[in-house]
Amino acid sequence: MKYRLFGPALAGAFLGIAPAAQAIEFNQFQADKSTLAFVSKQMNVPVEGQFKSFRSKITFDPAKPAAARAELEIDLASIDAGSKDANDEVAGKAWFNTREFPVAKFVATSVKPLGSNRFELTGKMAIKGRTQDMTAPVTLRQEGNSATFEGALVLKRADFALGEGIWADFGTVANEVHVKFRLVATAAATATATKK
Amino acid sequence: MSSQPASTPDSGTGFTGVAIGLHWLIAAAIIGTFALGLYMHELPLSPQKLKLYSWHKWAGVTIFLCVLLRLVWRLSHRPPQMPAGMPAWQRKAAEATHVLLYLLMFAVPLSGWLMSSAKGFQTVWFGVLPLPDLLDKNQELGDLLQQVHMLLNFTMAALVIAHLGAALKHHFIDRDDVLARMLPFLARTTGDIE
Repeated sequence: MKYRLFGPALAGAFLGIAPAAQAIEFNQFQADKSTLAFVSKQMNVPVEGQFKSFRSKITFDPAKPAAARAELEIDLASIDAGSKDANDEVAGKAWFNTREFPVAKFVATSVKPLGSNRFELTGKMAIKGRTQDMTAPVTLRQEGNSATFEGALVLKRADFALGEGIWADFGTVANEVHVKFRLVATAAATATATKK
Repeated sequence: MSSQPASTPDSGTGFTGVAIGLHWLIAAAIIGTFALGLYMHELPLSPQKLKLYSWHKWAGVTIFLCVLLRLVWRLSHRPPQMPAGMPAWQRKAAEATHVLLYLLMFAVPLSGWLMSSAKGFQTVWFGVLPLPDLLDKNQELGDLLQQVHMLLNFTMAALVIAHLGAALKHHFIDRDDVLARMLPFLARTTGDIE
């Protein structure tokens, strides 16, 4: 790692030019600045919800996006599904069954640069003992020491057995759940190459 | 009260067919939607409950629009006069009840709409036409508006009972044509009413 960071900088110094990109790695997840929201449709009415407690491990170097790593763990009991009734309901067996499956986990398997700060994030989403491949477009906004990753994906609740029994029919609660995430990470230490 | 059989001075001018139709259509819709509201409120959360809530909200929007139409119709088509022999206090009571019922027919669906907005559940008419949310989500305000919605409903229910009682009194005690004007098949042909 160190060699890789210093390599271009040293080469740059030797050739008398500034490093092309500052080597910076965003790896400190900022929980209080991050959000994880979703919109479900009930009787064709969009209902907003969010998870209040989740953790992420992010390692992202804009110069080497393909080497990025990302993990997300969501405490499912921290859901706000729109109302108290709904929160109680979705914690139950027919939905998340939080007693047996308290955490949902996403692990990134690849990050593909699409140009102009856009990436395609692919990974495995595990909810309620079921794992599915998911892909989401992600936009990076970099402000100094801080990076904001924003993305959205459509999750099909039936893929994870969310809403079993009387809820299984999509006539009332649609299968598609639109998930929007905003994850913020800062760079731990300034690993920037020093200019001569 | 009055012993003389009342007769309308201008007996030719009753309610228009449209006014009668709207009266009964809205009456039936209000009673049905009111009963649905009482019933659905008690249910545990289920797809059925979500469906019933949506139907209740669709009905409310529909009633609101029908009442709007009805108000326009009423303002452009004068209703028949009250029976000549009616005491002044009864005229005032009838007038006040009608004004209040019209106000409530607007206020009840409006309070439901606001309550839905505050609770974060948009109203989408027949699942197709989204109504704008007039309020941002605010659980406390939503709970307060729920109380308001309920209070307005029970006030309206009390007024409807008074309205119904008065109509029956006119028909069976005063023996005038007040009820028959809204229910043409009741019109007496015996001659005591013109």
